[in-house]
Amino acid sequence: MTSLLSVRDLSISFSGDDGKVTALDKVSFDIPAGKTVCLVGESGCGKSVTAKALLRILDHHASIDQGAMLYHRADGDVMDLAQGSATSKAIKSVQGNEISMIYQEPMTALSPLYTIGNQITEVLHWHGSYSKDEARVRAIEVLGQVGLPNPEKRFDAYTFEMSGGMRQRAMIAMALVSNPRLLIADEPTTALDVTTQAIILDLMRDLQKQREMSMLFITHDLGVVADIADEVVIMYLGNVVERGTVDDILTNPQHPYTRGLLASLPGRQRGKLHTIQGTVPSLFDRPSGCAFQARCAQALPQCGVERPQLVDQPNGHGLRCFNPIAEQANDHTAVAEAPRQIDRGGQPILRLRNVAKHFPVRGGLFNRVKTHVKALNGVSLDLWQGETLGLVGESGCGKSTLGQTIMGLHSPSAGQITFAPHGTPTDLAGLSDKALRPHWKDLRMIFQDPNSSLNPRMTVFDIVAEVLRMGDDLTEKSAIEARVREIMTQVGFDPSFLKRYPHAFSGGQRQRIGIARALAPHPKLVIADESVSALDVSVQAQILNLMKELQEELGLTYIFISHDLSVVAHVGDRVAVMYAGRIVELGETAQVFDHPRHPYTEALIGAILEPTPRSRRDDDKLRLDGNVPDPLNLPPGCPFAPRCRYATEICNQTDPALTEMADGRSLACHFEDVVQGATVAVNQA
Amino acid sequence: MGQFMIKRALLMIPTMVAISFVAFLIITLPPGDFVDRIAATAAQDGDRMTDAEIGALREAYGLNRPLLIQYADWVWGMVSRGDFGTSFFYSLPVDQLIWDRLGLTSLLSILTLVFIWIVAIPIGIYSAVRKYSLGDYVFTFFGFIGLAVPNFLLALALLYISFRYLGLSVGGLFSPEYIDAPWSLAKFGDLMAHIWIPMIVLGTAGTAAVIRTIRANLLDELHRPYVTTARAKGMPEHRVLAKYPVRHALNPFVSSLNEIFVQIVSGSTIVSVVLGLQTTGPLLLEALKQEDMYLAATLIMFLGFMTVIGTLFSDILLAWLDPRIRRELSGGS
Amino acid sequence: MAHNADYDGQWRLIWRRFRKHKLGFAGLLVTAAIYLVAVFAEFLAPADPNAISPRNTYAPPQSLHFFVTDKEGNSSFQPHVLGYKTKIDYDSGRRTFEENPHKVIPVGFFVKGHDYKLLGLIPTERHLFGPVKSRDRIYLLGADRLGRDVLSRMIYGTRVSMSIGLVGVTLSLVLGVLLGGASGYFGGWVDLVVQRVIEFLQSLPSIPLWIGLAAAIPASTPPVQTYLLITVILSIIGWTGLARVVRGKFLSLKTEDFVKAARLDGCSVPRVLVRHMMPSFASHIIAVVTLAIPGMIVAETSLSFLGIGLQQPVVSWGVLLQEAQNIRAISTAPWLFWPGFMVVVAVLALNFLGDGLRDAADPYAT
Repeated sequence: MTSLLSVRDLSISFSGDDGKVTALDKVSFDIPAGKTVCLVGESGCGKSVTAKALLRILDHHASIDQGAMLYHRADGDVMDLAQGSATSKAIKSVQGNEISMIYQEPMTALSPLYTIGNQITEVLHWHGSYSKDEARVRAIEVLGQVGLPNPEKRFDAYTFEMSGGMRQRAMIAMALVSNPRLLIADEPTTALDVTTQAIILDLMRDLQKQREMSMLFITHDLGVVADIADEVVIMYLGNVVERGTVDDILTNPQHPYTRGLLASLPGRQRGKLHTIQGTVPSLFDRPSGCAFQARCAQALPQCGVERPQLVDQPNGHGLRCFNPIAEQANDHTAVAEAPRQIDRGGQPILRLRNVAKHFPVRGGLFNRVKTHVKALNGVSLDLWQGETLGLVGESGCGKSTLGQTIMGLHSPSAGQITFAPHGTPTDLAGLSDKALRPHWKDLRMIFQDPNSSLNPRMTVFDIVAEVLRMGDDLTEKSAIEARVREIMTQVGFDPSFLKRYPHAFSGGQRQRIGIARALAPHPKLVIADESVSALDVSVQAQILNLMKELQEELGLTYIFISHDLSVVAHVGDRVAVMYAGRIVELGETAQVFDHPRHPYTEALIGAILEPTPRSRRDDDKLRLDGNVPDPLNLPPGCPFAPRCRYATEICNQTDPALTEMADGRSLACHFEDVVQGATVAVNQA
Repeated sequence: MGQFMIKRALLMIPTMVAISFVAFLIITLPPGDFVDRIAATAAQDGDRMTDAEIGALREAYGLNRPLLIQYADWVWGMVSRGDFGTSFFYSLPVDQLIWDRLGLTSLLSILTLVFIWIVAIPIGIYSAVRKYSLGDYVFTFFGFIGLAVPNFLLALALLYISFRYLGLSVGGLFSPEYIDAPWSLAKFGDLMAHIWIPMIVLGTAGTAAVIRTIRANLLDELHRPYVTTARAKGMPEHRVLAKYPVRHALNPFVSSLNEIFVQIVSGSTIVSVVLGLQTTGPLLLEALKQEDMYLAATLIMFLGFMTVIGTLFSDILLAWLDPRIRRELSGGS
Repeated sequence: MAHNADYDGQWRLIWRRFRKHKLGFAGLLVTAAIYLVAVFAEFLAPADPNAISPRNTYAPPQSLHFFVTDKEGNSSFQPHVLGYKTKIDYDSGRRTFEENPHKVIPVGFFVKGHDYKLLGLIPTERHLFGPVKSRDRIYLLGADRLGRDVLSRMIYGTRVSMSIGLVGVTLSLVLGVLLGGASGYFGGWVDLVVQRVIEFLQSLPSIPLWIGLAAAIPASTPPVQTYLLITVILSIIGWTGLARVVRGKFLSLKTEDFVKAARLDGCSVPRVLVRHMMPSFASHIIAVVTLAIPGMIVAETSLSFLGIGLQQPVVSWGVLLQEAQNIRAISTAPWLFWPGFMVVVAVLALNFLGDGLRDAADPYAT
C-alpha cells in the first residue's frame, strides 16, 4: 500500500511564559493513499497539534524541533513538509490545494462577514486560474455534492444563516473544491448532534470513496473511529502508543491505555466501569520513561526509567510498551448488572404536570413582547426515590431548560412541580427564591462546565462550605468544616487541598468539587446537567462510577441530563427522550433501547456509534434528515412530523399527548407500533 | 436598510429636543442674568440703575417671564421661523453670528476625522502585525505622548515654537486680509493653508487613541480560528491579513467613531480659543462669560446636534458594514 | 523552581501579572511619587506659593551649582544658586535678568522657611530644601508675572490637580456602580432607561457642556465650594463610562454557572452580589477608574486654563497655565510651561498604570 504521507519522529515544542514544553515526542505514523487514518486520544495527547503541523499552521509559539513529514506528490516527488518556512511558496502551494482541512466549529472557523461562496471560490482563485464565473459554477457544484439543498442560494448565504449541519457541509465543500489528495478533519463532528454526526460521517465516507482521497480524522470518540477509520493511531501525551488497522485495534488492543480507554466507555452493561486511575499529567510534568506508566496497572520498574520503542508486528500492528496485554479482549466492560429494583408504589419524590416555559422575546422601541421562545411545552413525569432518570435529547430539545426549571432558576410559565422529599408534597412552581431556599437543601444541581461552575476567586473549601453557611442546620464553624472534609473525602478529593483555588485542579477534580458542593447539605434529589460531557472519556468513567457509588451510599435520586445516549443507557433506570420541549418517550432503559416506539427514539438509537468495527456490523442505519424545529415557530401538530418517515395526515394536524401504554412506558405518538424490529443494541461487543 | 435609516433618523428628533432642553437649562443655571450684568457694569462706571430701570430693561428683553415659557418661546421661534433669538451682547439676531462659525467648526471636525483615519489606521495595522518591532515601539511611544499632552497645550507649544523660532504668527484660520472678506476661491485656499495646524493639533489625541484601538482589536482578531483557516487555504500572509482580521477589526473601530467625533468637536472648543480660530469655541466662551443667553444656548445646542448626527452616520456605517446586522434589519433571509 | 500558584487568590495572581508589565509598574512608581508630592507639598516646596516679589517678575530659572570657588581659587562644597543682576529696559518697560556670579545664595536641606502644618497636624518650619537664609529667594524654575516661585506653585498645584482627579472619579464611581449595576442586574425597563440616558450623555460634546456649567458658578463662590462644584460637573458626564463597564460585567456575570450555583446555595441577593459577583469585576473597575483619572485632571486643567474653573488663590496646574495663555507671556517666560509638563507626566503615568492594571485585571483569562 503506497503511503501518501509519512510522519517520521516528529517532535514539536511550545515556548511560553512558563518555559518550553514538549507537545509531540517523536511521533511516527503513515497515511496510506485512499484510506482514512484516525488519530485518537484524550486532551493533551497532541492530536490537534499533529494535524496543524501537517499543514504548517501552528501558532508562532510552536517550533518543529526534529522529524520529517514526507508527502508523496502526484508526480512522484517527495516533499518534506517540515522543512522550510511556513510561508514558503512550496508550502503555500500545498495548503488548501493538495492538503486541506476542516475544523470543529464552522461558526468560528469561517468568517461571518463574507459569503460562503466567497470563501469557497477564494481557494480556486489562489490555486488555479479560474474566471469568476467558472469558480462560481465549480463552487455550486461542490456545494451540491456535499448534500446542500439549493446550492445556488447557499452560495450567497452567510454562516449565521445556516444550521450547524449545513455549516459543516459548507466547510467540507470549501475543503474539497480544489480536489485535495488528503483531507485533514479536526474533530469535525464533535460539536454536532448525534443524528447530524451520523449523516456527516456517511457523507465523508462517501466522498472519500468517490474521490479516492486520503483522510486524517482527529477524534476522541472511539465510536466515530469504528465508523470511519481504516487505520487507527492511538496517542497519549504526545506519543504514539499503539497503531494498526481498525479491526485490530478495536478487537485486540494490546496497550494498557487502549484497553483502558475501551473499558471506560459506558454502555448497556451498567456495571462499574474499569477506569484508568489518575488523570492525564500536565505537559509540564512529563514523566520520565513511558508517558503512561504512572497510571498503568501493568507498569514494570523498567517503564519509569526508559521509554519503550514503537515496535511493529508483522501484521502492521505497532505498539510502544514493555508489558502489553497479550490475552484476547473479550469483554471490555464490567460484569453485566441486572436492572435495579425501584419501589414505585408510593408517592413519587418529584411529580411534574404540564410544565411549560416560554421565554418572551422583546423588541422594538418600548421593548414590547413580540413573540415567545417555546422551550418547554407541557412536560409531565413522575420520579421515585432512589432511581436515576436519564433525560436525553439533542440541542434545543429543552432538557437543560427542564432541569433549570425544576431547580427553580426559572419560574415555569405553566404547570406544577410537586416535590416531596420527606413525604409532604410542595408545589415549587412559581415560588420566589426566598420560598425555595429551604427546598434547595434537598434539591441540588451539578453543572456541566468545570471551568465556569466554580468561582475562580474562592478557595475550594469556601465553595463547598457556602451552602452549609447559608443553611440553618450547621452553625458551628467546626461542624461545617467537619462536614466539608467528610463530603470531600467521599468524592475522592484529598482534604489537604481544600485551601487551594480551582485553577490548581484538572477538569475531573473540579467536577468532584462540584459534586461535593451539590451533596454537602444531604440532598435527596440531584439534577446532573451534562455533568460528564466536558470530561475526557477516562475521567468520565471515574465520575460515573463515583456518582453511582454515592447514589448507593447516600440514597440519592438523580435526574441525569445528557445528549450522550451511551451515558444515559449506562446510568439510567428509566430514560426520557425529549424533542421540541416535550417528552416523546419515557420508559425503562432496556425497553426503550431494545425496542423504541417513537420514531425519533429509533433515529437517535440508530445514530449511536459503538466501538465495533464496521466490518462486523450490519449496516442498515436509518438516517434522520432535516433540522430541529425552531422554538419560535413550532409546526402545528406533532413537532417531529416534518422529519418523521412514518408521518401521516393526522400527524401534521394534531399534537399527540404523552400517554401511558400497556408495557408501562409513556409515548407521545399517534401510532404505537410504527417502529418495527429491535435496533442494534448499544455497546454489547 | 432604508427603513433602518429612516427609523434611526426619526429617533434623533427626541434626542435633539432633549439637547435643546439641556442647553437651555445650562445657560439659565447661573444666578442672575444679562440684565444684572448690564446693571453691574453700569454701577462700575458709576451709573447706578434704579430698580425700575432694571425691571423695564428685563421686560424689554423678555427675561422676566418664567423659564419654561422662555424655553417654549425660543423653541417655537426656531421651529416656526428659524429664529434662534437675539444676542444681547452683539445686539444682532443669533443666526447672523453662528452660521459661518458652525460651518467652520464642522469643516474642521470632519477634516480632522479624515486626517485621523488616514494616519491612524495604517499605523495601527502595522503596529499590530509587527508587534514588538522597532516601528511598533516608536509609534506606541508617540501614541502615548499624543494621548498624554492635552490638545490646548500642544497648541500653545506649537504657537510658541513657531513664534520663537520661525517668527511666524500661526493662529487663526485666515490671513488678516481675508477675515471679513466674502467667500471666494482665494479665501478657500487661504483657509486650507491655515487649517492644517488646528487639524493636526486636534487630531493628535484622536490619532493616538485610534492607533491603540486598532492595534488592540487587530491583535485580538489575529488569533481567531478563521485566520488559521484562511492561512490553511494557502493564501499569502498579507492577503490573509487584509481580507480577514483587518476587516473584522474595523467593526469595533467603526462603532467607536462617534466617540472620536465627539472628542474632536469637544476639543475644538478649547483649541480654537488658544489658536484664535474663527469657529464656535471663542464665541461660545465669550457668550457664557457675558451670559448672552440665546447665543450660548444655540451654540451648545448645535454642537450637540453635530455630534448626534455624527453618531447617526457611524451607526448607519456599522450596519452597512456588518452583514449580520444588515440581515437582521431586512428581516432575515 | 516555578512559583506554585495553587494557593494564590485573585489579588496575588493579579499582582504577579502586573509586575511583569514593566510600563505599568513604572507608572505605578511615578504615580505614587506624584501623590507623595501632593501630600507633602508644603515640606517639598522651597517657597510660599503666594509670596509676591515685585522685583523678580518673570525672573528666569536659576541653575543649581555645587561648588564655590573663593578668591584664592579654593573650591568648597556649597550648593547654591546665583542671584540676579537686573536691568530695566526703559524703552520696553521690561526687566532683563542676568546671572550675577558674585551674589551667592546658599541652598541647603531641611532649612527653615515659612511655617505650615505638616499633614495638617504638625506645625513646623522645615522644608526639604531651600535658601539657607530665609529672606533669600530662589527660583529653580523661574518666576511668574508677580515674582512667585514657579516650582513651589507647581508643587502646591499638584495637590489640587491630583486630588480633583481622585474626588471626581470617586463620584463617578459611585454613580457608575449604582446605575450600571442596577441596569445590568435588574434588566428590564431599568436597563432601558439607564442605557438611553448613558447614550444621550455620551453623544454630547463634553467640553462645551462643562464650560457652560462651570461658567454658571458665580465668581463669588468660596474656593472649597468651587472645587466641589467642579468635581460634580466633571462627574456628570464622567460616570457614563464606568456605568457601561459595570453593566457589561454584570450582564456577563449573571450567566456564569458559579453565580447560579451561589443562588442555589441559598445566598441572598446582596450576598450573591457582594461575595460572588463583585470580586469578579473589582479589578476591572479599578483599572477603568485609574484610566478615568487623567481625563478628569486634563478636564480641570482645561477649565481652569480658560479661566472658568478654579480661580486664584487656589493653585492648580490649570490655574498656573492660565498665565501662559497668551503668546507674549510665553515667549518672554517659557518656563511658565512647566506645569504643563507636570500634566503630561501625570497623565502618562496614570495611563501606563491603568493599562497595566487592565491587562492584569483578569488573571484567569487564557
